[in-house]
Amino acid sequence: MTGAAGPPLAGATGGYGFTVPVLRLGDVLLVTLQGELHDGMAEQLQHDITSRIAGSRVTGVVIDISGVDIVDSFLGRVLAEIAAGAGLLAARTVLAGMRPAVAITLVELGLTLPGLRTALDVERAMELLTGDPRDGERSP
Amino acid sequence: MTASRHAAPATLPIGSDADLAWVRQQVRQAAAELGFGLVQQTKLVTAASELARNTLVHGGGGHVVLTPLHTGQAQGLRLSFVDSGPGIRDLEQAMTDGYTSGGGLGLGLSGSKRLVQEFEVDSTPGGGTTVTVTAWATIVPPTRPGL
Ligand SMILES: Nc1ncnc2c1ncn2[C@@H]1O[C@H](COP(=O)(O)OP(=O)(O)OP(=O)(O)O)[C@@H](O)[C@H]1O
Ligand SMILES: [Mg+2]
Repeated sequence: MTGAAGPPLAGATGGYGFTVPVLRLGDVLLVTLQGELHDGMAEQLQHDITSRIAGSRVTGVVIDISGVDIVDSFLGRVLAEIAAGAGLLAARTVLAGMRPAVAITLVELGLTLPGLRTALDVERAMELLTGDPRDGERSP
Repeated sequence: MTASRHAAPATLPIGSDADLAWVRQQVRQAAAELGFGLVQQTKLVTAASELARNTLVHGGGGHVVLTPLHTGQAQGLRLSFVDSGPGIRDLEQAMTDGYTSGGGLGLGLSGSKRLVQEFEVDSTPGGGTTVTVTAWATIVPPTRPGL
């Protein structure tokens, strides 16, 4: 295990002794993914985030993937499902900090993650969520 | 291909989630040692993750063989994902973007083919599946006589 997992505020441990920090900042949940994410853990996280949105007044979710070195079709699907679940509970999801190598690979893999908003970093993701919802819809 | 092999192949089991994570780590490390750049490493590790998961989920488990390749011009890594599961009945269909027999996105096979330089599937119904991919750390320059 390399690197600190951050403050263990609350989060999902998929039974692998490894915590995904989930931090509440006002009306936004900040989820920080790092390093190796086992499949079972990703599914557990999906469940945990959805129940936390349901049990609170969270209106946005930021998933920080700057510490993730690959996104494959499995993790991509989990991220899309987290966003879809959050959307049904009236919360918007922004994926923050995707590494350039990951972005290049996702395009070739054919996984374009439609419906998932992205931001270059957590700060910009927070701005997207706390500003006017319409401001976020930037046309290309 | 006249690749001579210096380093010995390594075999890793694929039987659980934790094995998938270990395979990703070992492929990353082997690719880095062979001089793959960051984007090339990311592509190969992503392809390996897709194919290892297919071995686990569709093939009922198996193993992967990592073989470092050395030619005059380039260093490569060959990965063979082997299972003795049900095999693939219609390979053309399985290789189509978006085709899945389960609840997947159907991008694993077709997508990983785009992430590597060489891709080969050997599968017989009832006789298991072997998917072999090769990536090169530097693109082998086309033979251009006179240059
Ligand atoms: N090792 C294997 N053994 C048997 N069938 C396989 C194997 N690998 C792939 N297949 C078949 O090929 C289909 C396509 O595989 P592919 O990886 O592209 O998609 P998927 O695994 O269904 O979804 P995804 O990988 O996007 O989550 C699978 O649904 C399965 O039917
Ligand atoms: Mg697959």
